[in-house]
Amino acid sequence: MDFGTFLIQLLNGVQYGLLLFLVASGLTLVFGIMGVINLAHGSFYMIGAYLAWSLSERFGDLWTAIAVGVVLTVLLGMALEWLLIRKLYARDHLYQVLLTYGLILVFEELRSVLWGDDVHGVAVPSALGASIPLTETLSYPVVRLWISVVCIALAVAMYFLIQRTRIGMMIRAGASNREMVQSLGINIQLVYRVVFALGIALAAFAGMIASPVSSVFPGMGNQVLIICFVVVVIGGIGSVKGAMVAAILIGLVDTFGKVLHVEIAGIKLLPELAGMTVYVLMAVVLLWRPEGIFGRRL
Amino acid sequence: MDRRKTAIVALVLCLAALAVLPFVSEKFYVQLFTKILIMGIFAMSLDLLIGYSGLVSFGHAAYFGGAGYVLVLVSPQYAAASLWTSLPIAVAAAALLALGIGMLVLRTSGIYFIMVTLAFSQMLFFLFHDTKIAGGADGIYIYVRPVADILGWKPFDLENVVHLYFVVLAVFIAVFVLLRVVLASLFGRVIEGIRINESRMRSLGYATFRYKLACFVIAGALAGLAGYLSAIQFGVVNPDMLAWHLSGSVMMMVILGGMGTLVGPALGAMVMMLLELGLQSLPEVGGLDIGRHWQLLMGSFIVLVALLLPQGLIGLLTKRGAKKAHG
Repeated sequence: MDFGTFLIQLLNGVQYGLLLFLVASGLTLVFGIMGVINLAHGSFYMIGAYLAWSLSERFGDLWTAIAVGVVLTVLLGMALEWLLIRKLYARDHLYQVLLTYGLILVFEELRSVLWGDDVHGVAVPSALGASIPLTETLSYPVVRLWISVVCIALAVAMYFLIQRTRIGMMIRAGASNREMVQSLGINIQLVYRVVFALGIALAAFAGMIASPVSSVFPGMGNQVLIICFVVVVIGGIGSVKGAMVAAILIGLVDTFGKVLHVEIAGIKLLPELAGMTVYVLMAVVLLWRPEGIFGRRL
Repeated sequence: MDRRKTAIVALVLCLAALAVLPFVSEKFYVQLFTKILIMGIFAMSLDLLIGYSGLVSFGHAAYFGGAGYVLVLVSPQYAAASLWTSLPIAVAAAALLALGIGMLVLRTSGIYFIMVTLAFSQMLFFLFHDTKIAGGADGIYIYVRPVADILGWKPFDLENVVHLYFVVLAVFIAVFVLLRVVLASLFGRVIEGIRINESRMRSLGYATFRYKLACFVIAGALAGLAGYLSAIQFGVVNPDMLAWHLSGSVMMMVILGGMGTLVGPALGAMVMMLLELGLQSLPEVGGLDIGRHWQLLMGSFIVLVALLLPQGLIGLLTKRGAKKAHG
């Protein structure tokens, strides 16, 4: 592999990892703070992508579509928390799994009713249409760099929101002791509603910004859900920092697993078994540190 | 009549209904109930883990599909394998797989356990999906079903739909009785004790890891049994039998039906599969083809059960469940 190809794969791996981080951070926040396992998290990635596609068809550009889409998903998240999720806080995780599994079916089917079952593409906005030449023959599309930059900006913003603001303080306090925070006069119900809505809005937003580079298709939510669970578990549940490290790791392992050629004793391992690499990584990490890289010992 | 008697009468009535089914209904329903009973066995095996040992496995399809693949690999391509050799081999292979995976995954607990079991089943899925072993992503057909010859005498023929139904029904009853016996034994008590308070069981001197591992292996072997029967029924084995969708839906059957009851998960399997069939045949209403979009109603049903029935469907049927739901 020459240097140009390596650089492109490296950038691709990091970009994929950052995108995974965006989805996984919502998942890990909702679990870490509210104690809710949300299997339907991936569905919001799909909803985001479909919103980006259908709204940009309507408004004519992706920027308006993203702005309107984010508002819609935040509202959807607040409504869902109020209608269903808040009934589950005191219940066994298994019922959260059951309910959110039901939601996957509902969202997937609603998508089919509203938008059909076809695969769609979203046009790259003209401002991001260029490519940066790396060598004489290879170049890298600006839109992928833009995705990475947006993800990093959001990660930094999230860090400041959680570590440096009053709201972040309430969120962190709510994660460690719900009753205590409530008796201090903080409306924890509202904090939870906001966290849940922001969590799923992150997933939907990831779906929106990814839509120009990946096609929009049915089932995309479940695909990303399983990988994001892997990210969350490797990083340590509830740890945003862990999700970042694990997401980049997974992004790189997955990307290079598909392009490297590894052969041991005449048996071709890569790229033939590229699908397994991520899960092998997860199994190894969990056998080494059963609570994830940055997880608290349970 | 006390509760125990009512339960026994209900159970006998159900079995009687299942026994006469092939004589009164069409072939379609015989095949459907064969499928339901196989999923019932699969769900009961998972209940041993989720409901009784508190081990929430999200990778139970690995043993189901694994046994199916073993059947293919030991069968000659255009001739029949013997039931009496291929069945024990397939079940033993599933048990062995569960032993290997169990030794590793039981080091973790809680949500980590859920995810590591998923990771291992996904590895197996991609192994069969991405390589050329046994037909790759397309799967492989079993052209001739195994034969049940004993020295030339053939007690039943698995190519016959009704015979297969009764074999599956017999296996279902055997698995149910076996699990009841296991759970009523000291072993079963220890398992339940581990679910409720593992450190207390350990301080009582029980090697809890070994008990959990034994449970994991039994559940894997029974899931393998179900997978073997399923491979025989459909005459095809493909990576879908290992996929997380299947692990997920069998888990839903267990929780929906009512975990920790054995009957509940079997009921959950039946309700989910009958509901699927019923919803698919719904007509078009006001421009919306409900039959085609049946998952909308299925999903809503699951959401409602999760909200309203803390004991699962079985809670509706038993008084104990109703009382617990209020308390």
